[in-house]
Amino acid sequence: MSMPFYVSPEQVMKDRADYARKGIARGRSLVALEYADGIALVAENPSGTLHKISEIYDRIGFAGVGKYNEFEMLKIAGIRHADVRGYSYSREDVTARALANGYAQTLGQVFTHEMKPYEVEILVAQVGEHDGEPNEMFHILYDGTVMDEHGFTVLGGQAEAISDQLKANYSDGLDAGAAIRLGVKSLGSPDNREIAADQLEVAVLDRNRPRRKFRRLADDEVTGVLSSG
Amino acid sequence: MIDQPLPMFAPGSDPGPSFFELLRRAAPEALPGANLPLNAPGSAAVASPASAVAIPHGTTIVCMKFAGGVVMAGDRRATEGYTIASRRMEKVSPCDHWSAMAISGAAGPGMEIVRLLQTELEHYEKVEGEPLSLEGKANKLAQMIRSNLPAAMQGMVVVPLFCGFDLRRGEGRLFKYDVTGGKYEEAEFATTGSGGVHARNWIKAGYRSGLSKEEAVDLGLLALFQAADEDSATGGPDLVRHLFPTVAVVDRDGYVKLDDEDVERRSTELLSSGRSPQ
Repeated sequence: MSMPFYVSPEQVMKDRADYARKGIARGRSLVALEYADGIALVAENPSGTLHKISEIYDRIGFAGVGKYNEFEMLKIAGIRHADVRGYSYSREDVTARALANGYAQTLGQVFTHEMKPYEVEILVAQVGEHDGEPNEMFHILYDGTVMDEHGFTVLGGQAEAISDQLKANYSDGLDAGAAIRLGVKSLGSPDNREIAADQLEVAVLDRNRPRRKFRRLADDEVTGVLSSG
Repeated sequence: MIDQPLPMFAPGSDPGPSFFELLRRAAPEALPGANLPLNAPGSAAVASPASAVAIPHGTTIVCMKFAGGVVMAGDRRATEGYTIASRRMEKVSPCDHWSAMAISGAAGPGMEIVRLLQTELEHYEKVEGEPLSLEGKANKLAQMIRSNLPAAMQGMVVVPLFCGFDLRRGEGRLFKYDVTGGKYEEAEFATTGSGGVHARNWIKAGYRSGLSKEEAVDLGLLALFQAADEDSATGGPDLVRHLFPTVAVVDRDGYVKLDDEDVERRSTELLSSGRSPQ
């Protein structure tokens, strides 16, 4: 009888994490920034139909980077969780925190138990309903690690370089246009590129909108925002 | 608080973009009518229908097309046998931005169906990234009414009207339903509820194709007041409490509920015009 080689758990986890990180690094990055009236989500995405940013519920948005089919599946699971909860309790009882915990459990479970970890990083963002009610941004990694972020956060392969750029330029209380322009500039900063509007996916969670706060910006709106800066 | 795990499904049992199917798998106890005693036809529960137990019923609703869309209106009364259960019920509700429905019949199951359809349409839109067609929405409602059939057999009948603006065809459309989920598209107008037959006659007399929005709203209000004059279960204009019908318009710009002040002004004008019941 042949004995399998012993591999230490540390090594297994490290290999899985490396695998997931490599997968995530292959794709383009995404930034989320809090601004005066909400949260702006900006992603580099050449496809106009395969979205990285989506609406989950009234105040809650979702963004994912990495492998499309995996974060798309997580997005749908999130919409299902939110709608079932909102229907059986009430719309106010759907929270980003509960959703982020659900995602963390799912990702953690897959990371340790499945053949292959998910090659994704996701963001659950919730805009505060009134002035003074804080926004919430939960950044969740491929292994289920949850980070509670404030101000801005970056998902994807070039996160560090983009974060440095944002750290230097971000301030509280930006207006929507300034936040989007800063996001776009930061995304292109690691290799000094200018990203065209049709290569971008931009959405906002705007607290001034009636019930559904999520709004996706069309290409010509993005062009307008970028040129008005 | 213990957070529920995210709902995940094997490929064979995935509910797809339907919230109704999702609920059936993930939380069947939350479905409308889930806890009804499901007796076979002819059993004791069917022989003593729920209508013998006093449950609130919604009464008259009207819907008609005008040149750029559809108007939907309902009185505010719910009755429980000979008692007024509510004077302020809102029977007209938006389903999504481009459609509306109004319920008559058993109020409880009716309101559940409204909430379920609202969630269903939004759920589909979020999962698929684009909204259902108007025809698709109308068919979805038919399925929900059909699923209410066991409750209807016990006396809890729900008969809604559904209307909306069809963006692909560029026109307003309206549908009525029977208790089995049968869906009938109407070309001009439809009414239902206990005062529906009276309201229908007044609309029929005043209707022509290509009415303006203003004319359609006023005709709807007139029909409801006339129905209230003939039918005890339909609420008339309540000048003491300032309660007037709920009126909504769906056109190219989407669903808009008319302001209470606007409806009150139109109603008082109508009452002083000599066209309303004297």
